[in-house]
Amino acid sequence: MRTLVIGAHRGQLELKQFFRQRESVVFTLLFPIMLMFIFGSIFKNSIAPGVTFSQYFIAGMIASGLVNSGFQQLAIMIPMERDFGTLKRLRGTPMPPLSYFIGKLVVVAVSVTIQVVLLMGFGELFFHLHMPTSGEKWLRLLWLILLGSICSTVLGIAFSALPKNGRGASAIVSPIVIVLQFFSGVFFVFTDLPKWMQQLAAIFPLKWLTQGMRSVFLPDSFAVKEATGSWESGRIFIILLAWAVAGTVLAVKSFRWSNK
Amino acid sequence: MQVAISIRGATKSYDGKSVLQGIDLEIHSGEIFAILGPNGAGKTTLVEILEGYRNRDGGEISVLGSDPDKGSLEWRNRIGIVLQSASDAGDLTVTEVVENFAHYYSKPRTPGTVIDQVGLREKAASKVSTLSGGQRRRLDVALGIIGSPEILFLDEPTTGFDPEARREFWGLIRRLRDEGTTILLTTHYLDEAEELADRVAVLVAGRISEIARPSELGGRNRKGALISWSDASGDHLEESTRPTEFIATLSATFEGEIPNLQVRRPTLEDIYLEMIEGQA
Repeated sequence: MRTLVIGAHRGQLELKQFFRQRESVVFTLLFPIMLMFIFGSIFKNSIAPGVTFSQYFIAGMIASGLVNSGFQQLAIMIPMERDFGTLKRLRGTPMPPLSYFIGKLVVVAVSVTIQVVLLMGFGELFFHLHMPTSGEKWLRLLWLILLGSICSTVLGIAFSALPKNGRGASAIVSPIVIVLQFFSGVFFVFTDLPKWMQQLAAIFPLKWLTQGMRSVFLPDSFAVKEATGSWESGRIFIILLAWAVAGTVLAVKSFRWSNK
Repeated sequence: MQVAISIRGATKSYDGKSVLQGIDLEIHSGEIFAILGPNGAGKTTLVEILEGYRNRDGGEISVLGSDPDKGSLEWRNRIGIVLQSASDAGDLTVTEVVENFAHYYSKPRTPGTVIDQVGLREKAASKVSTLSGGQRRRLDVALGIIGSPEILFLDEPTTGFDPEARREFWGLIRRLRDEGTTILLTTHYLDEAEELADRVAVLVAGRISEIARPSELGGRNRKGALISWSDASGDHLEESTRPTEFIATLSATFEGEIPNLQVRRPTLEDIYLEMIEGQA
């Protein structure tokens, strides 16, 4: 209980910090929207009957939004907090470590929600993105966001142990995310990619998240164009769940309070 | 006398280089204890071991009855730490940070009162990034004492303070001691140790070379006084253990005032420099 209450206070503080850092607000929230407008305006061609590349791309961008808000943000922010002495100071207080992670989760949840709503809204207004057509699809969207955010958060925390310092972090993390986006079918139609790229991407959660988002936002007739000819919702669920569990174990084991 | 911190044979080395070579120390409840020593003597290592930030290699340590290596959150609830350098929370205001930290402790002081005590009232609503170096240190102190700690660790707390701010800070530390807080402080400033500490330890090259009251360190109280004066033949300097007698004799040889007469006891700094000479 005490852990939750302190976690809520941490979350409040983290949100204040998040929204006061204009660069990071712009980077995490507006950059994906910008990308959506650029790519969406350039590639308007149809890739299947009733499906434009813009729609395909926006589904992928929504999935990427989860990676930006969680993985990318935390993997860069936590090493910076080690540099600044934030973590060392917290370590010296009776704050339960779990409260710190709850605080991070709050920021990720808020930033994911804003991002998904913005992308869906602008997507519908300007690029004919169709809102989910059934209750079942809305439900799927919900668990995709939930599981996706958890994966993204815990993997971001786990990855934060790797960079030596905050300055190095963004240099390592940003390219990884961009390459992963290329491999996972965000910027290109996944099935058009070389086989080895597809197989490599299938190891990581982003590929499954983008596929899941397509199953929510594209007509069911498009399923035959996927790698196995179907949406594979069940498999997506299991793979994301497995990553969430493995990521949590990894995050707990690898977390570092100091730069050594 | 109750023991707040007890250290027996503490050792620590990094990459085969010995930093602490068997430290023995007892710090009593309610005293201000200062650790002096040159850079690299092991002050910060020792303090960070006591704070639970680093593990020792050997020896027995008890801080408020617990081994800091296994320090629980309940134990952390009873100690306060002022770190040597932190530059966090720039986008938050002083009040926001202090109030947030108050939530972590079971019996926190009132945030507004603490902000007043460290002299940051006028900056309470300012962002941390706008504080000067000295003001940042005061915020560090505020965060160290917000939880009403039984022991407060201060690692070089007044670095970057102007003389007036240091005086005010000393007053705050004395008030905390008077309220019953045990205070362990490391410092470079000998006047600070002399002003504040009930006892000091001098740490040189990983060993404690002496523990004493500041006025008695290095036999300072038994050392002779230095008497200097001038006459027609030039400046003179004599050391004497009976300065009153010496001056009486001296003054008989002058008509009226002795020119440039000065009687001086060795300062803590003189003694300290003598102690660390050749060892640091």
